[in-house]
Amino acid sequence: MSEVVLRGFGWRHAGRRAWAVRDVDLHIAHGERVLLLGPSGAGKSTLLAALAGLLPEDSGEAAGTIEIDGLDPLKARRRAATEAWSSGRHGEPGQGVGIVFQDPQTQLVMARSGDDVAFGLENRGVPPAQIWPRVSDALDRVGFPYPITRSTAALSGGEAQRLALAGVLALRPGLLLLDEPTANLDPAGAELVRESLAALRDQTTILVEHRVAEALPLVDRVVVLEAGGGVRADGAPEMVFAAYGDRLADEGVWVPGFTIPPLRSATTPGPELVRASQVAVSHRLAPVSLAVNAGEVLAVTGPNGAGKSTLALTLGGLLAPTGGRVHGFGDDRPPHRWRAATLTGRIGSVFQNPEHQFVTARVADELAVGPRRLGRSAAEVTRIVDDLLDRLRLSKLAGANPYTLSGGEARRLSVATALAGAPRLLVLDEPTFGQDRRTWIELVTLLATLRDDGHGIVAVTHDDDFVQTVADRTHPLGSARLRDPLPHRRPGGRP
Amino acid sequence: MTLALQPVANPSAPLARRNPVAKLAAALLFSLPLISTLDPLTPAIALAVELAVVPLFGLRYSTLVRRAWPLLIGAFGLLVTMVLFAAERGGSLLLNLGPFDVTTGVLMAALGLILRLFAVAVPGVLVFATTDPTDLADALVQNAKAPARFALGALAAFRLLPLLGAEWQMLTLARRARGIDAGRNPVAVLRLFVSTAFALLVGALRRGGRLAVAMDARGFDSGVPRTYARRQVFRRADALLVAGAAVLSVLTLGTTIALGLFRPII
Repeated sequence: MSEVVLRGFGWRHAGRRAWAVRDVDLHIAHGERVLLLGPSGAGKSTLLAALAGLLPEDSGEAAGTIEIDGLDPLKARRRAATEAWSSGRHGEPGQGVGIVFQDPQTQLVMARSGDDVAFGLENRGVPPAQIWPRVSDALDRVGFPYPITRSTAALSGGEAQRLALAGVLALRPGLLLLDEPTANLDPAGAELVRESLAALRDQTTILVEHRVAEALPLVDRVVVLEAGGGVRADGAPEMVFAAYGDRLADEGVWVPGFTIPPLRSATTPGPELVRASQVAVSHRLAPVSLAVNAGEVLAVTGPNGAGKSTLALTLGGLLAPTGGRVHGFGDDRPPHRWRAATLTGRIGSVFQNPEHQFVTARVADELAVGPRRLGRSAAEVTRIVDDLLDRLRLSKLAGANPYTLSGGEARRLSVATALAGAPRLLVLDEPTFGQDRRTWIELVTLLATLRDDGHGIVAVTHDDDFVQTVADRTHPLGSARLRDPLPHRRPGGRP
Repeated sequence: MTLALQPVANPSAPLARRNPVAKLAAALLFSLPLISTLDPLTPAIALAVELAVVPLFGLRYSTLVRRAWPLLIGAFGLLVTMVLFAAERGGSLLLNLGPFDVTTGVLMAALGLILRLFAVAVPGVLVFATTDPTDLADALVQNAKAPARFALGALAAFRLLPLLGAEWQMLTLARRARGIDAGRNPVAVLRLFVSTAFALLVGALRRGGRLAVAMDARGFDSGVPRTYARRQVFRRADALLVAGAAVLSVLTLGTTIALGLFRPII
């Protein structure tokens, strides 16, 4: 187990004016389990990267010192690796640092699960005879339920993240760093990962996570970073939240006990906008019938693989159903046959990943695309863009590149682009996924306002809070698992 | 896209279970010398030899055809190109298509090129249809002394390939959702394609960057000599495979030369 000491630590990325993190004094004792909180932009991820030795000296400017068991992380990493190799003590518990990131897809290296866990051990020069026992041991510790030959492509998000954790634990790190390990996972997958984490006792742990209620059972100390630098609060969870809870909640941390009042519709729903009759997509969506009215929020819920996102694409006129029919807006043709410009004037779609939707290099240009396609005059385009920038609080970012926005800003922009064509119906795929509390409230309030202005809103979601707060109706999709999670194989293929 | 990356052969077939590096070397040694001649006989003999050893790789001919179908498109393309653009139009006239005389000479030249295409490509198809990518990377590092940074980096990138297909679809749909479509204007189609491809590339680079950091964090390429969890051994049988391929290649070229049909490329 490792001990971590930071004295006046700071880091400024090369080419940036502002410090990503600064003036952090912190002492974390052997075996402590710390939840690291702070408003977005306080430098939590940068601090973890520094601790993991992933900030080379030439990639920025450092201040103060950072020590793990008395050594600088970059040196500690090199030493842990070379000493283990030269002394033959290959990874006794308590050497080195391991880090788990958000996205399981970009952490797995190999095609087979066991090989992936072995990857780190090979890198450290662990003798082959010790590798496979340590692989099984690590997989057992995270509760990985499959044989080592299981294809990594066939794992669900939660299972893949468990595997990524096993790959790190196999190296027996003294310090385990977890950078929002469940933020990219659906609730069931997040629960799988938390179960694995709860069973770990052999290392010092630092966890970054803004879903505090779920993270609290995993930690015994909370540290809050201040946005401008320094440590705002440090101590037992109950004490920190008693003293700073409301301020943290305002800044976007999901502090337990701070509920959000429901935003119910004040009016009765208006006319029907779009109706789906027995709509199906082969292998992805079982037949479903539903109608969306103006002035209501319809939440589509259901387990993974039920076809929620496919339904959103079909309702949004982006995907042709293979069975049944979608019709609306008094058009004889189904939405997927409409010209794209016509579509944006009627139905706006917001994708789960905002970056998929960005097509220009400036926020303001991004908002002008839709109205221009609809043939609006230059003056009208300017008016629409300014109005949207103002309503979605993006005015200050008008000249920024969409790819450089924070998660919450990018989400607001993607909603704004969908609104630019002035559609009556808005279809959103997991709009609140991975958002901090502040962005969440902004978004839910915005959707409630749009509804009260007479928009119809369909949201595909896993988020119970979202359903409780703003949904007027819920359409659960069946749990029938249509989709084969395995990559399809030709007959005679080898497992 | 996953399909094309999975081995489809019976892994216990005598040649399928040879060392991947040996298979690759044999394929190169056998097919590369064929490029030195322009006659149609050499590739015809080579193709016959290749088809004869297919069962030894545990591959069914039907599977081979399914794997190799893009070659058929290439062959058809070659045929059309030759009919349209061949400079020498010797031999007897078979068919007159307006300005294009289809002669026996043109058809022989096209046949030669098509046979060359197949003769050179089929060994590659055989190797990759019978080899697991992980085994190939292992063997390249352990037996061919390829840098691990290169072999495993490529393997990791390989794993992300299937994601690109799904990503492309999402980007295309997202563009339609933004009101952008090309209609029937070919210039607009091309511009949309380029902009989507650029977005795909940006996404792939970011993902690649994150993967590289994760690999770095797990000690990849940290200067410590790596060990191997999976052993790849280069046996006598593997050496024999390579030698056999070289001998067959020499025999094939030798036959052509003996018959006086050898037409060097330069």
